[in-house]
Amino acid sequence: MKRLSSINITALVLGFSFLYLPILLLVIYSFNASKLVTVWGGFSTKWYGELLKNEQFLDAAWVTLRVAFVSASIATVLGTLAALVLVRAGRFRGRTLFTGMVYAPLVMPEVITGLSLLLLFISLGIGRGMTTIILAHTTFAMCFVSVVVSSRLVSFDQSVEEAARDLGCNATQAFFLVTLPLIAPAVIAGWLLAFTLSLDDLVIASFTSGPGATTLPMRIYSAVRLGVSPEINALSTILIVLVTIGVITASLASKWQATTTDR
Amino acid sequence: MGRRLLIFVPYFWLLALFLIPFLMVFRISLSDYDLAQPPYSPHFTGNVMEVVRALDWENYTFIFGDSLYLNSFLSSLRIAIISTLLTLAIGYPMAYAMARAPRGVQPLLVMLVILPFWTSFLIRVYAWIGILKSEGLLNLFLMSIGVISEPLSILNTNTAVYIGIVYAYLPFMILPLYATLEKMDDSLLEAAEDLGCSRMEAFWRITIPLSLPGIIAGSFLVFIPAMGEFVIPDLLGGSNTLMIGKTLWVEFFNNRDWPVAASVAMLLLAILIVPIVLFQKVQEKEAGL
Repeated sequence: MKRLSSINITALVLGFSFLYLPILLLVIYSFNASKLVTVWGGFSTKWYGELLKNEQFLDAAWVTLRVAFVSASIATVLGTLAALVLVRAGRFRGRTLFTGMVYAPLVMPEVITGLSLLLLFISLGIGRGMTTIILAHTTFAMCFVSVVVSSRLVSFDQSVEEAARDLGCNATQAFFLVTLPLIAPAVIAGWLLAFTLSLDDLVIASFTSGPGATTLPMRIYSAVRLGVSPEINALSTILIVLVTIGVITASLASKWQATTTDR
Repeated sequence: MGRRLLIFVPYFWLLALFLIPFLMVFRISLSDYDLAQPPYSPHFTGNVMEVVRALDWENYTFIFGDSLYLNSFLSSLRIAIISTLLTLAIGYPMAYAMARAPRGVQPLLVMLVILPFWTSFLIRVYAWIGILKSEGLLNLFLMSIGVISEPLSILNTNTAVYIGIVYAYLPFMILPLYATLEKMDDSLLEAAEDLGCSRMEAFWRITIPLSLPGIIAGSFLVFIPAMGEFVIPDLLGGSNTLMIGKTLWVEFFNNRDWPVAASVAMLLLAILIVPIVLFQKVQEKEAGL
């Protein structure tokens, strides 16, 4: 019989405190009235007001959102195609290379990915800016999407698709009418993962961006190098809250979907 | 026809934006320093490849001859190994407790482990600056309860880097460990105890060997990214914290010596290729079971 001993409970309490205390302190200190970050000067939301007036951060946030949206969307299409190739296409010439290229970016150090893409863009004479960040983010995010989607495709019963074909669907119709709705949760999860990865990325964006396209992580990074600031705390809190709401909504949605489809 | 197109589109994208750039890094790593022009320099026009002339191993011999690079590699290796072991030591008891928690609570606990992973990496690293700096929250707390009288200097040392890596990558360790521990059949432990094993002995002889795939997967998932880490040593480490990701960044952005940066990148990959391939093998074996 499984039971939690007091040692187990201690491990959980200490472990989760370690994971959550830093984030919690950051959130609390974003409401600190004092400019000195570690001295409590009373509750205040003034840093949030300051943040809304800071055009550099607002511009960067807008760039980041656009990059994340576009690259996540392209990455989802390409990643889903790549997953279909991995799971369904059978044998073809260069399959081993293809599999390698899908899995390698997952473990490739970001500094190497960033460096190699920058060298490509320069040698092709492509001016660096938002487009190049989008291309870079799409490339590494599509590999994550294809891993998520292919795990769903593997576990999925192919006979429903065959039934659709028997009933007169062509391959494209069968994909859009049968397969896609069934793998939709994985495709959505893949999009969310791609979106978050893009939103979060500092290293690859730093290599591939040019003047005029500064993403939020790049702004945060240059501000953080100068030390802790209450404005960054406020910005971090906003991002943390948004992500938390997103993750909880997504998990509730998938739970709801599971209960409605598994009847 | 449709199948060809289906294969072609992602194939072409990955060739053009992953494999070819990667081969370019390799080629540039064999080229000369003339290439090292600032990216925005007005003199820099045309094709990078035109500047690539004599291909040789000069940059590699330079890297092996210069103690900075060798020390960066060794120091990265040491930091990555120690942080992986620390992450395992902290993650194992947590994963073990999660697997023993009541069934209904387990999804919530998994969710709590995953949630920080979705939160910006940069922000999570940044959060530690306010805690670890000399007038930071940890020192204030320790001084107020009277454990220390002088503030500890933790920020900008390797200790801060260990804390940062363990903190950032803990979820990667816990999740595969939990996945193997959760599947474990408890009747094996009962059988061992019935046959005279003490509880401790049963743990070492049954639980640990059975969770080995999780231990291996988790360790690789921490070790591989830790090895090439840039943000953590840069923000939490000090000027004497050497890590290869940081050295590469400095070589590229500050010294603008692209060929040397490219050679450092290739060597980093050469070090990582063994753990990466091993990791893939373990994953394939697990998936095949």
